Amino acid sequence: MDNRPDILRIENLGKTFSIGAALFSRPLTLTALQDISFTIRQGETLGIVGESGCGKSTLGRCILQLLTPDSGRVLWMGEDIASLPKEEMRKRRRDLQIIFQDPLASLNPRMTVGEIIADPLRTLMPELDAVARRAKVLKTMEAVGLLPEMINRYPHEFSGGQAQRIGIARALITDPKLIVCDEPVSALDVSIQAQILNLLADLKDEFGLTLIFISHNLSVVRHVSDRILVLYLGRMVELAEGDDLYEAPKHPYTRALLTAVPIPDPIRARQRTIDGLEGEIPSPINPPSGCTFRTRCRFAIGLCAEERPPLENTGHGLVACHRWKELELQPGA
Amino acid sequence: MAGITGKDAVLSNYAVALEAPKGRSLTQDALRRLVANKAALVSIFILLAIILIAYIGPFFLPWEYDKIDWSSIRKPPDFEKGHYFGTDQNGRDLLARTLQGTQMSLLVAGVATGVSVIIGVVYGAIAGYFGGRLDAVMMRFVDIMYALPYILFVIILVVIFGRSPVLLFVGIGCLEWLTMARIVRGQTLSLKQREFVEAARAGGAGPFAIIFRHIVPNLTGPVVIYATLTIPEIIITESFLSYLGLGVQEPQTSLGTLISFGAPVAEAMPWMLITPAIFLVAMLLCFSYLGDGLRDALDPKDR
Repeated sequence: MDNRPDILRIENLGKTFSIGAALFSRPLTLTALQDISFTIRQGETLGIVGESGCGKSTLGRCILQLLTPDSGRVLWMGEDIASLPKEEMRKRRRDLQIIFQDPLASLNPRMTVGEIIADPLRTLMPELDAVARRAKVLKTMEAVGLLPEMINRYPHEFSGGQAQRIGIARALITDPKLIVCDEPVSALDVSIQAQILNLLADLKDEFGLTLIFISHNLSVVRHVSDRILVLYLGRMVELAEGDDLYEAPKHPYTRALLTAVPIPDPIRARQRTIDGLEGEIPSPINPPSGCTFRTRCRFAIGLCAEERPPLENTGHGLVACHRWKELELQPGA
Repeated sequence: MAGITGKDAVLSNYAVALEAPKGRSLTQDALRRLVANKAALVSIFILLAIILIAYIGPFFLPWEYDKIDWSSIRKPPDFEKGHYFGTDQNGRDLLARTLQGTQMSLLVAGVATGVSVIIGVVYGAIAGYFGGRLDAVMMRFVDIMYALPYILFVIILVVIFGRSPVLLFVGIGCLEWLTMARIVRGQTLSLKQREFVEAARAGGAGPFAIIFRHIVPNLTGPVVIYATLTIPEIIITESFLSYLGLGVQEPQTSLGTLISFGAPVAEAMPWMLITPAIFLVAMLLCFSYLGDGLRDALDPKDR
């Protein structure tokens, strides 16, 4: 796995939003992302997890340049796409696509399925004529499990799962290399979630895709991801291979997240130590000093408030915690 | 698009020959709901009837709208001479004049509404989509235009376009777009947050492709409703201006002019007021009911 080339490299990515800017008031700065650095290898699936508002979706959009990052670089096949002019970026969009959370909201209600799926082709592959476009649309519809008869229907005539297939078809039609899946199954029924996840897995193998899979659902992320990145308040908390992360989480936040996953077995569920998170996420407008997680961390010490923990290599991945070595010695803590 | 496998070729042929069943578009859904609304349906029929009568009727009348019948001046309805609704002070056939006036009112209302819709939609969508400073500047300009007295502009326009009512109403359309621009801007602000707009951007679409392919079609509902309600407003404006003597010039006439001539003599010659008033009121009511019906049919909350 490790000999596959890096396809995407994120370096010190940062994004802030200024909110509440009015004529006579100073705008507040919301730090959505800070110092994000990681690489993705070709054909890999990277899961990104975290609570609501931790910057998962912002990260996905910064990678695709749907939002412009404030600092840092996004190296796509060695080229910094964050600094490319718009016209140049448009050419790269063939390779970088996105699947959205709310399948119906992501489809234009006034367009037919065929028009929606063909839409990226009009700008990204203008060399295709109408018949070639239509053939490509049908081929893609078949690949995602939509019947060709559906091509003239409108989005509101579809169920959520089918609508998400349309969204996947639209992302696939330009033959992309990387797809950001922004909570692609969170809005779907559980039975449909499995179908869509299996479809994504099949498509990944068939087309050699690289996926970034954003979700708050840890079981889903584990099911699809090779490596997992945990975010908290816009910062990297832990990055590790999926199995390592689930078997031996290093960061207290990751542990807390994992114990929050429901276990479908009442006996085991009763036996496990509940290590749930207390309190709310602090405001990203005014984050805590030092380690941002310290306000909710059972193991926080004085150092945590003073100094921001650096990302350290654990041998299996990266973790940002001052005490990860000590904590590792007390399993079940 | 010929591929390595035979599947591509098959699909290409299929793409040419495909006869997939048509889906029901939102517009078709809305039309069905509109037809189910009795008041709106009756209004559509009455409006169509008025339009047909106004444009075809004059060919079947014995008198032209500007022809003077010296033998019957200020006469009540007289079927033998063919003055079915009487004549005015100058001996012109009132029915012919009413029909011509209806034509004129419909024409100016259509022109002014069309102009205001085009300007308002483009202006509002651009301000709403780009947002930020451009939006602020564009919408403050709208506020300033609102603050300036409407009638002053109209008088200036009359001076410029005095002899041409159609041009005058192109000008009025250029003043009427302000509210439309505000409505469209508001809708655009909410539409541009929708994920399908982001999907279009991820698909490489430029700002104008997004505005005209993705946002404007989704504005159909409010725009159609507002346009339907603008038509009667312009008809009233035209009547008002004609009443003041700023509108349509003799011998052409409009419903407003006819009413303004009929009103002072309503006691002596009621037919001069009643005939144009019936046409005007019928049209205004029908457009209002149609507007209401369209609002119910297109309102996204009912979807």
